[in-house]
Amino acid sequence: MNPVNYLYLAALLFTIGASGVLIRRNAIVVFMCIELMLNACNLALVSFSRMHGNLDGQILAFFTMVVAAAEVVVGLAIIVSLFRSRHSASVDDASLMKL
Amino acid sequence: MENLIALLVAAPLLGAAVLLCGGRRLDRSGHWIGTVLAAASFVVGAVLFTDMLGKGAEDRALHQKLFSWIPVEGFQADVAFQLDQLSMTFVLLITGVGTLIHIYSIGYMEHDERRRRFFGYLNLFLAAMLILVIADNYLLLYVGWEGVGLASYLLIGFWQHKPSAATAAKKAFLVNRVGDIGLSIAIMLMFTTFGTFAFGPVLEATGDTSEGKLTAIGLMLLLAACGKSAQVPLQSWLGDAMEGPTPVSALIHAATMVTAGVYLIVRSGAIFNAAPDAQLVVTIVGAVTLLFGAIVGCAKDDIKKALAGSTMSQIGYMILAAGLGPIGYVFAIMHLVTHGFFKAGLFLGAGSVMHGMNDEVDMRRYGGLRKYMPVTFVTFGLGYLAIIGFPGLSGFFSKDKIIEAAFAKGGTEGWILGSVALLGAAITAFYMTRVMLMTFFGEERWRHAATPSPDEPDVEPAADTRGAAAAGHAAAATREPHPHESPKSMTIPMIVLAFGSVFAGGLFSVGDRFLHWLEPVTGHDHGHAPVSATTVTAATMVVLVIGVAVAWAMYGRKPVPAVAPRGSLLTRAARRDLLQDDFNHVVLVRGGEHLTRSLVYVDHTLVDGVVNGTAASMGGLSGRLRKLQNGYARSYAVSMFGGTAVLIAATLLMRAV
Repeated sequence: MNPVNYLYLAALLFTIGASGVLIRRNAIVVFMCIELMLNACNLALVSFSRMHGNLDGQILAFFTMVVAAAEVVVGLAIIVSLFRSRHSASVDDASLMKL
Repeated sequence: MENLIALLVAAPLLGAAVLLCGGRRLDRSGHWIGTVLAAASFVVGAVLFTDMLGKGAEDRALHQKLFSWIPVEGFQADVAFQLDQLSMTFVLLITGVGTLIHIYSIGYMEHDERRRRFFGYLNLFLAAMLILVIADNYLLLYVGWEGVGLASYLLIGFWQHKPSAATAAKKAFLVNRVGDIGLSIAIMLMFTTFGTFAFGPVLEATGDTSEGKLTAIGLMLLLAACGKSAQVPLQSWLGDAMEGPTPVSALIHAATMVTAGVYLIVRSGAIFNAAPDAQLVVTIVGAVTLLFGAIVGCAKDDIKKALAGSTMSQIGYMILAAGLGPIGYVFAIMHLVTHGFFKAGLFLGAGSVMHGMNDEVDMRRYGGLRKYMPVTFVTFGLGYLAIIGFPGLSGFFSKDKIIEAAFAKGGTEGWILGSVALLGAAITAFYMTRVMLMTFFGEERWRHAATPSPDEPDVEPAADTRGAAAAGHAAAATREPHPHESPKSMTIPMIVLAFGSVFAGGLFSVGDRFLHWLEPVTGHDHGHAPVSATTVTAATMVVLVIGVAVAWAMYGRKPVPAVAPRGSLLTRAARRDLLQDDFNHVVLVRGGEHLTRSLVYVDHTLVDGVVNGTAASMGGLSGRLRKLQNGYARSYAVSMFGGTAVLIAATLLMRAV
């Protein structure tokens, strides 16, 4: 199978994730869309690794997974504390950092 | 002998310090202290003079360095005095006339409770004026220059309870300031050009300096002279300065201070000799002023203001002579000295008349006073004959020489200047005869001062002096004056000055004594007169007779109206000092107001506009940019994605190209 098709898939997944981040208001959904974008990147990296015949992309994909795991910990903690203080998981409610 | 020079200044300076700091306990003796110290200065001057006469012409100049004033690397200013023949002439004139006027003031200011202070100021003036004429560099001269300006201000405004006197003092001070700027710029120019401002090095170095720089220095010095000597265009203060007590008018505003400008030009002769353009301007200023002052003098009814016009005109003669170069320097100074005698005498005479007439100054309220004040009449009369240039008296010799020198300038210039000087002599004869006739001859108009003659229908309170005269008139109606001769302390100085007015000119001219005396300092050049000296003298006599005859026809043959007639356009203009104040008001005051107003407008619209506009546009821009910060995480994400997309697109585009 042509590895370029995986790249198309990765681009599609990334676009879906980006649209989700921009459109959805629920923090959990936004968070999942971010994960989707990260995994789209991973897919693209692995595909590049396969296409070029070396392991660079795969190594980078492991790094991304580690960063994503750390991000999940911090991000979920923020969402939980946000929900506790506001009783809502809408990102639009957390718009206090403006003039 | 050198050590005596400082004593000249020290005596009056001590007097000023003692009298001004001494307080009330000196009220009784203050005038004596002042007079004795002025006389002491004169005695020192006389001792130095006799010593100087005993030496050869070339080594007469004395020099004394007191101390280093501003010792800085490359900028050496010393307090040092230089007494040469030119300075000596001034020292004798200043201390001599000064002492006489101190004596006169004892009588004149007898009833003034602030007499001690008056003498303190007079002594201060003497000290400053002496510093001015014996300084050996321009910076120290500047100290004296400012000192006499200060003394002049204090003395014009001596009767400060009169608003007119206070205003006149301020006016004199301000107008003088304009001239002083000229002197300070000249000194700065000298320093940048020559690296020094001592007379010796500066005047010797003129030979190898560019003419343009010398012309600039010369014109700045002329500006200074115009301010101090009341020359057009800075003449407007002198008439108002007559608000001061009459001895002040005699000493400062006739005999000495106002002639400082002439001293400055003659002292800086080497600069002017090397800058013919500046010299030409000097002669023009002199010629214009001599006519200006004479015309003003013709129309004034206030005796002191008529004499002030005359002073302006006579100093115009001196400036004219000084502008002629080596042909005229000696005669400028000679006229200055003789003028010092006769004009001081005339002012003291006027003061004596006022003293006897309840301080009335309007000559239309005088008349027939010769019977009541014989001494004043005779001394004033001799001063009158001297100033109009009656043969044999002082003014004849000195003025005649200036007219001759003006013709000797040569070319068209010489003819024009000579003719102006001749015309000035005719007008001088006219206005002085007018003063003489209105004051001492004719009917006694002060007797029926309260009833102006009814056959003068078209009279108007025209001139600026008229208001004051009308007020004085009302006072005179209640108490008719009883003219009487003044006390001895006043008449004796007048008699001495009258002697000077009669004999000084002859003494100077016989055997060209004055010429030989001053020549080593100023140099002399006979010039090439297109007309012989005899012709000039004859012409002067003719215009003199014409002037006197016209005045007699107008004021001697028929009675003088007690209230001034309306007069011709020129007369009315001359009563207002040829519109000098109106000119200054319209051009300088209004012009200044318009200038400041337009500057304020520019400041408000342009400068403030730029500043405020920058602030407003920044504010507006920030207001718009602020809307981007809406707090929604999604919109930040859009800008992040957008930015990334743009970057990637740009990278791809660059790669494609």
